[in-house]
Amino acid sequence: MNGDPAVDADPPITDDQVHLEDIEIRLLLEAIYQLYGYDFRSYSQASIRRRVMHRLTLSGFATVLQMTDRVLRDRAFFVTLLNDLTINVTEMYRDPEFYKAFREEVVPVLKTFPFIKIWHAGCATGEEIYSMAILLEEEGLYDRAMLYATDIDKNVLAAARKGIYPIHAFKQYADNYRRAGGRRSLSDYATARYDSVIMEQRLKRNIVFADHDLATDQVFGEMHVILCRNVLIYFDRSLQQRVFRLFGDSLDLGGFLCLGTKESLRFSGDEEAFEVVNKPMRIFRKRQPRHNA
Amino acid sequence: MGSIKAVVMGASWGGLNAYSRILSCLPERFPAAIMLVQHQNASADNRLAWLLSRYCRLPVVAPNDKERIRAGHVYVAPPGYHMLVNADDTIALTVYRPVHFSRPSIDELFFSAGHVYGKNVIGVVLTGANEDGSAGLDYIRRRGGLTLAQSPPSSEAPVMPEAAIALGAVREVLDLERIGPFLAKIRSEDGVPE
Repeated sequence: MNGDPAVDADPPITDDQVHLEDIEIRLLLEAIYQLYGYDFRSYSQASIRRRVMHRLTLSGFATVLQMTDRVLRDRAFFVTLLNDLTINVTEMYRDPEFYKAFREEVVPVLKTFPFIKIWHAGCATGEEIYSMAILLEEEGLYDRAMLYATDIDKNVLAAARKGIYPIHAFKQYADNYRRAGGRRSLSDYATARYDSVIMEQRLKRNIVFADHDLATDQVFGEMHVILCRNVLIYFDRSLQQRVFRLFGDSLDLGGFLCLGTKESLRFSGDEEAFEVVNKPMRIFRKRQPRHNA
Repeated sequence: MGSIKAVVMGASWGGLNAYSRILSCLPERFPAAIMLVQHQNASADNRLAWLLSRYCRLPVVAPNDKERIRAGHVYVAPPGYHMLVNADDTIALTVYRPVHFSRPSIDELFFSAGHVYGKNVIGVVLTGANEDGSAGLDYIRRRGGLTLAQSPPSSEAPVMPEAAIALGAVREVLDLERIGPFLAKIRSEDGVPE
C-alpha cells in the first residue's frame, strides 16, 4: 500500500483510459488487416481485448499503440500476437457425448451416402479431425469420406498435419474416446515416441488441410457435414451471420451442421433453414425443400 | 456513485459450500447480476449450476455464448470454458488456454468485468487453493470497483484469499457468514453498501 499518490506505481484506471485502449485496439486490428490480411475486426470484443492486453503486459510496451508499431514492423512479433489471438486449446473427443450422438444419429444417415465430404472449420491443432477420422474408420465409412480441415492460422495447420500430441494429454483423450463410444483402444491409432504420440499415417490419407478464413474467404463446396465447434464464440453477431450464410451455402441439402455445445443458431438470421437433430449436442440438419404449394 | 451492475466471484477448493452459503442469503429481487467461477474438471457438465440453484432464490444458469446478462440472475461459468463479459452486456465464452491451470479462470472473468463495469462491480475472492483471481481482483480495484475476500481463517483453503490480500487487491476481508448478508444489502439505487 502506498499513501502518496505522487509515487503510486499502481494508479487507478479510469473510464477515459479504458476508452482510449478500446480505440487503440481497433486501430491495431485495422493495421493487422491492412498489412497481413487477417481480419479480427468483427471478433467478439471481450476475448480480443483480453488477448491483446495480455500480450501488452508481457511485451513491456506502455500502450497498445506502441505495440502496434512493433506489430507493423516485426513479422515475428506479429506471429506471436497472432498465436495469442487464434490459438484455441482443444482435445481429442472434446465433449465425448457429442461424438456419441454423432455416431448414433448422424452416421446412420451418412451410411446411405455413396460419398461423404466433411468440413471441419477451425480445426486448430487437429485433435478433433483425427477423432472424426477414427470414428469414420470404425464405422466403415473412412474410405468413402473426404475430410477438409481448415484454419485461419497456417502454423496450427502445420501442427495439425503432423498429428503429434503430448503423451500426458493422450491419457485424457483415451478416456474421452471411451466415453464417446470408441470401439477399440485409442492407442491402436497412434504410436508413442518419448513424450509424444504420433497419429497413424493411414488416418491422414483422406484428410486435406487448407488455410481458410471464415471472416473473408468463400464457400467451401457441397459438404455433407460441417463441424465448427467453439469457433463462432469468438465472432460478433454480424460475423456469425456471415459465417452461417457461408455454411448454409456450403452444405448439401440434408447436410449436417455441428456447433459447440454453448453455441446457437440464434444469430444466423435463418434458423428455419435448419432442423434440430440433437439440441444439447448442437447437431442441426439443413432442411430439404418442401414440395407443397 | 453509480449502482452496482454485477457481483463477480471466484473460488476453487471449498467453493461449493461457500457459494451455497452466500447465495442462500440473497433476496428474490436482487438488483445486480451475479457471475461466478468455480474451478472444476472440464468434464463436470452443468451439475454445479443445478446444485447451487437448490440453495438460491434467484435463477441459476450455465450460460450459452452471447447470452444477455440480466440483473437478479446467477451465471455459473460452464466447465471447460472461460466466461467473460462483453461491453454490450452479454456473456462471452472462450476456450482459450487454461489460466492458472484452470478453465474457467477467475482472472479471465474479473479482468473483463473490471473493464466493462468499472466502479459498478463488486469482486469477491473466496476459498481456494491457488492464486487465480488475485490479478483480476486488483484490476477491479484499480478500476474503482469494490473488492472483497473471504477471510483466510473462514476459508477451507486460504491460499486464494491470502494471495489476493498479499497483492493489496482487497478492500474488505469478511468471514464467510458475513459475505452473503453484506451482498444482500445492495439496493438498485445504491452504490457500494456500507
